[in-house]
Amino acid sequence: MSKAMKKVKVIKIDVGKCNGCRACELICSAFHANPKYSSNNPERSRVRVIRDPLKDIYLPVYAGEYTPAECAGRNRYVLDGREYSECDTCRASCPSRDLFKEPDSGLPLKCDMCDGEDEPMCVKWCLSKALTYEEREEEREEEPKLGEMEIGLEALVNRHGLQKVMDTIARLSKKG
Amino acid sequence: MGYAEAGFNLEIDLTRGNIERVACDPNLAKLYLGGLGTNAKILYERVPPEVEPFSPENLLIFGTGLLTGTPLPACNRTVISTISPQTNLMAYSMMGGFWAPELKYAGYDKVIFRGKSSELIYVWINGDKVELRDASHLKGKGAVETQELIKKELKDQNVQVAAIGLAGENRVFTASIEQGRSSASRLGIGAVMGDKGIKAIAVRGRKDVNVARPMELLQLCNEVLQYVKEREDKPVPNVMPILAGLGSPQEMLHTDEKWHTENFSWGNSRERRKDFWTKEIEEKWKDVQENARTRLISCYNCPMKCGAIISLPGMSTYMMKCFSKLTYNMAAFVDDLEFGFRIAQRATEYGVDGFSTPQIMAFAFELREAGILGEEHFAGCPDDNEGKFYWILDRIVLREGIGDILADGTYWAAKKIGNGAEAYAHNNIKKHEQLPLKLGMLNPIYFLMYSTGEKCNITQIEGQFPQAPFATMEEREEFVSDWVHVPDEKFKQYLLDWEMRGERSNPYYPTVDMSVDIVDWQEMMHYLDDAVGMCAGMSSFPLKPPYHIHNYPTIISAATGMEMDEEGLKKIYRRIRNLVRAFNIRRGLTRADEKPPEDHWRKRFPELEEELLNAYYKFKGWNSQGIPTKETLLELGMSYVSEDLEKRGILSYE
Ligand code: SF4
Repeated sequence: MSKAMKKVKVIKIDVGKCNGCRACELICSAFHANPKYSSNNPERSRVRVIRDPLKDIYLPVYAGEYTPAECAGRNRYVLDGREYSECDTCRASCPSRDLFKEPDSGLPLKCDMCDGEDEPMCVKWCLSKALTYEEREEEREEEPKLGEMEIGLEALVNRHGLQKVMDTIARLSKKG
Repeated sequence: MGYAEAGFNLEIDLTRGNIERVACDPNLAKLYLGGLGTNAKILYERVPPEVEPFSPENLLIFGTGLLTGTPLPACNRTVISTISPQTNLMAYSMMGGFWAPELKYAGYDKVIFRGKSSELIYVWINGDKVELRDASHLKGKGAVETQELIKKELKDQNVQVAAIGLAGENRVFTASIEQGRSSASRLGIGAVMGDKGIKAIAVRGRKDVNVARPMELLQLCNEVLQYVKEREDKPVPNVMPILAGLGSPQEMLHTDEKWHTENFSWGNSRERRKDFWTKEIEEKWKDVQENARTRLISCYNCPMKCGAIISLPGMSTYMMKCFSKLTYNMAAFVDDLEFGFRIAQRATEYGVDGFSTPQIMAFAFELREAGILGEEHFAGCPDDNEGKFYWILDRIVLREGIGDILADGTYWAAKKIGNGAEAYAHNNIKKHEQLPLKLGMLNPIYFLMYSTGEKCNITQIEGQFPQAPFATMEEREEFVSDWVHVPDEKFKQYLLDWEMRGERSNPYYPTVDMSVDIVDWQEMMHYLDDAVGMCAGMSSFPLKPPYHIHNYPTIISAATGMEMDEEGLKKIYRRIRNLVRAFNIRRGLTRADEKPPEDHWRKRFPELEEELLNAYYKFKGWNSQGIPTKETLLELGMSYVSEDLEKRGILSYE
């Protein structure tokens, strides 16, 4: 497969600077409300601050991919004298926990870097600079061309019928 | 769909264990906003003056501010209102932190408790599901420990818990309610919570808070954040660092305590320790603080970092803010700051007010020294200053021996002890311990704020007008050049003309009328903050804050959809102010109560002070006894208050 340059969006998280205010959660949920900013609810946020103040744990974590099954093992990390569970650092919307799910529907949430904004809203609202934003270019394998995808889909339609494929895609896209 | 408000209150009858979700009257916000305003309305209607603080008929209201839970930075206050056991007047203490926003997300504007539970319980508000749970296993547990235990029990770190410690359980009059890095400490509301049998209230919410005009509100929020950023690089010049920035006093950040340590008469003292701050202390204290503080932390949705996590070997971790690092140390005459951090840990777990409590402790030892309290009361008390203070703190919180009397605060304790003890309760206004200040020259603005403030809280005694004149005209001009916060241009002139010495200096300048004007402005901001749920540290308390009377109307309107202009907002302020006043008048507050301690200033001016109070009352539309007149009440659409005062014979109309 051929290689191409791709823009990678990076949020740098400096846990030492986090003041635990959760403005990132609030503004993320407001940005993704419909209409935009019409409501907020940290439970809908695609970033959550894992907080355990008395243990000095302040860890902003972003929602990543959905996973249908939880991990077999759960390791624990000791970083700088603080103990984190693997789940604390994990981005997955996962059946083992409530995190990163729409509160009403249970559908998984995923950070989209505030598509359309010059920088993610959580970064803009983090005056403590625990969250900062960078863009960098990286060489990546090119995504399959539409032509190839069509071939694959056609094969699936032949096998399962159009309706079934469409239902499956609709269901997958809901899980986002 | 309502905006900013959740639209429902939780009514919990503890006696019967009955829980109801009740829709709020949507018109109330237009008249009283929320927070203190609507709390006061409920108290006025439902708690007649005969009701004692510890009677089941007393209500304990946990109110969110009108705008709490919206994206407005620093709008996170929980306003807790009840009858204070200490003053027998309305208590409305507030806390920052995370509790009120969580309650909004759970779908409620307030939790209103009535009755009493016969067993110790905790309340678990999990959105629509609300239960009263057994708390016998939490009896006697620390306020911080309790929060942790409940979070563990509920298996959710995002639960926000407000809890009392042993002091609240034992109805100590200075008992606080603790929550995360915040506490509602003044006027003994923790004692009322304990009396009602509530150990803690845990909340978790997953609902939306809606706003009326999203893009406009976002723009206003961005302006606030932008302003905060600019102020970080550009502190107010020509004032001490503690006054130059935003937020609550940045006591966890700053280590230079020369001014505070030397200018307050700490504990129960009548003198200041004028050369306390030596080079050696400066270095040691800096070390201790930087070593104890693991992180600076904030309240919900606020960029300031007023609190800190405090962690020292051999003691469990806790969170601190504001002055409690100083109050115990200085009151005990212990010069090692580490003692302050350590005893404050115990005091926080007990859940006591870090302002009043050390004063009570110092008062006890003064009475012992004066021979008013005999040695029999101090059997077992260690000799060293540190040991003495731990010992007396334990006695007070456990209500053991003399501690039982002291636990009612210096005013009531002095009365009970008699034998000349009353002369030692010299920091009280309205029966409540105030800032231990003993100053030289009377400042007319402070005289009024101290005397007439009904929150009995330091933040209500400071405001957006500078505490002292600037030395030079250049400094004054510089200050007024970007002073957009003034409600009227005339305030700039007051400041420009204010001198340190001579004719236009304290106590006769600012003049009586100017002082009243200035105080009304400061008060207005405090009342509005307490109604919308804004942290005073970003509005009514510091110089040149991001929120002020000119941007509040637009902000409130964008968030709630209510029409609002400055005149309308000022009227709401006056309505709340009058309601709190009428409530307290009905409970027996009189003009005679509005008096700072005798020795608060060395130089007193009885005639001027009377004049100030007269002018203040008149400005407010009150009679010479400080009672709102019928005319005033009717103008504000509060005939229910005037009729009530009339019926009770408090106001008689010709
Ligand atoms: S200014 Fe300080 S006290 Fe106020 S909300 Fe922000 S962090 Fe809390």
